[in-house]
Amino acid sequence: MIEIIENANKEALEIIQNGQPTLIGLGIAEEVIPGMAKDLFLHAGPPITWEKMSGPLRGGVMAGLMYEGMAATPEEAVEYAASGKLRFDPCHHHNAVGPMAGIVTARMPVWIVENKAYGNRAYCTLNEGLGKVLRMGAYGPEVIRHLQWMESVLYPVLKETIEIHGPIDLKVMITQALQMGDEVHNRNKAATSLLIREIAPSILKTSFSNEDKIAVLEFLNSNDHTFLNLSMPAAKATLEPAGKVKHSTIVYTMARNGTEFGIRVAATGERWFTAPAEIIDGLYFPGFSMEDANPDVGDSCITETLGIGGFSMATAPAIVQFVGGTPKDAVRYTTSMYEITTEESRFYKLPPMNFRGAPTGIDIRKVIETQVLPVINTGIAHKEAGVGQVGAGVVHPPMACFEQALEAYVNLLEDEGLLEE
Amino acid sequence: MSVNDLFKQELKVVNLGLKSFHTDLKSQGVTAVHVNWKPKAGGKKKMLDLLSKINKVK
Repeated sequence: MIEIIENANKEALEIIQNGQPTLIGLGIAEEVIPGMAKDLFLHAGPPITWEKMSGPLRGGVMAGLMYEGMAATPEEAVEYAASGKLRFDPCHHHNAVGPMAGIVTARMPVWIVENKAYGNRAYCTLNEGLGKVLRMGAYGPEVIRHLQWMESVLYPVLKETIEIHGPIDLKVMITQALQMGDEVHNRNKAATSLLIREIAPSILKTSFSNEDKIAVLEFLNSNDHTFLNLSMPAAKATLEPAGKVKHSTIVYTMARNGTEFGIRVAATGERWFTAPAEIIDGLYFPGFSMEDANPDVGDSCITETLGIGGFSMATAPAIVQFVGGTPKDAVRYTTSMYEITTEESRFYKLPPMNFRGAPTGIDIRKVIETQVLPVINTGIAHKEAGVGQVGAGVVHPPMACFEQALEAYVNLLEDEGLLEE
Repeated sequence: MSVNDLFKQELKVVNLGLKSFHTDLKSQGVTAVHVNWKPKAGGKKKMLDLLSKINKVK
């Protein structure tokens, strides 16, 4: 009787399992992201207005305005952002994803990832490193200077590097990294190392000065999160085609804008189901506490939506030193995620789980039935604009998102006359 | 075996439901494991109704 749903979910899972996320190059946001424009800033999570934005998102917008030369000071940036001259849209509405604040502006360089199995693309900015960075809501002069260096040195060198090297299969790289102690959300040490090993010869072959090549290699090596901005678009590119499967109860987007958490389900297409984002339980940097924390923010939980990240924490025991808990907790988190997912990944295998595949395909029915919520590990931004990261931890989406989604799904079936009286 | 015989032996308890029962037994030195179990849909009537409707898809 429920064959319609089971078949739809089978189709969605087949799409997810078959995804072939591949890094094909780099470009400038305005030139490659669909619908991107000078007066449009993309942000993480579901739609939101300037008035409702939390500190980190506002800080990111302010940094973006100064980076774009649309404001000279933080005060001017606030005035500009509130003037109505700037449009805001979720990254997810433009085939993009952004970590933390997730601000993407027209001039920013982005990675281009193509799902070779289905032809769709996903975009993500280059990771800025840790500390005072735009994605954590910082907007000081050092943040803008670093973004300018990324545009003038890092981007052209990496663009030419990938042109020389050719496409890079991210599915294979993620598969390897998961066997080397990464879960590719908050631990990307192995994946970043694999990336550098793969592209280093091509960096040397580029036409740039030795000084620039060394600076790029040093920067990539100094930033373990370099690969996060590739695992995210890889997950996005893999999940996006599954979001078009009619009647499927599989979640294809989870994202937060720092004020609200939002999910999207295949059957209900582009509709967001939102509820207030939660405060994160985690480890705080010295001098900071939960009092300083902004609610959950960022598109990076697209990794969990695919079954990696927090869902695969068992394979990354060392991550607990960053997000809290014990390696036993990490195994417990992963084990519980099999309760709410549909299949095990055929590719993303987890050695500490006896090489079980990552828990894949969150089913809203299972979340409601079991009351087990997805596990997400995440960075924590300060609630005030301009401060930056204050810790990292583990968080869950609000149950209300899944309850609303289930209700909408049942209404949809009713409207289509598919429910028995 | 009668119920009374059971209580003459060392108890090994599997606890379902309220975690405080498990905590109390542990504090008294009784071997007990707590099963992480919740009623379906947390017992929320609206969600149970929605789930049962889905099971009646034509």
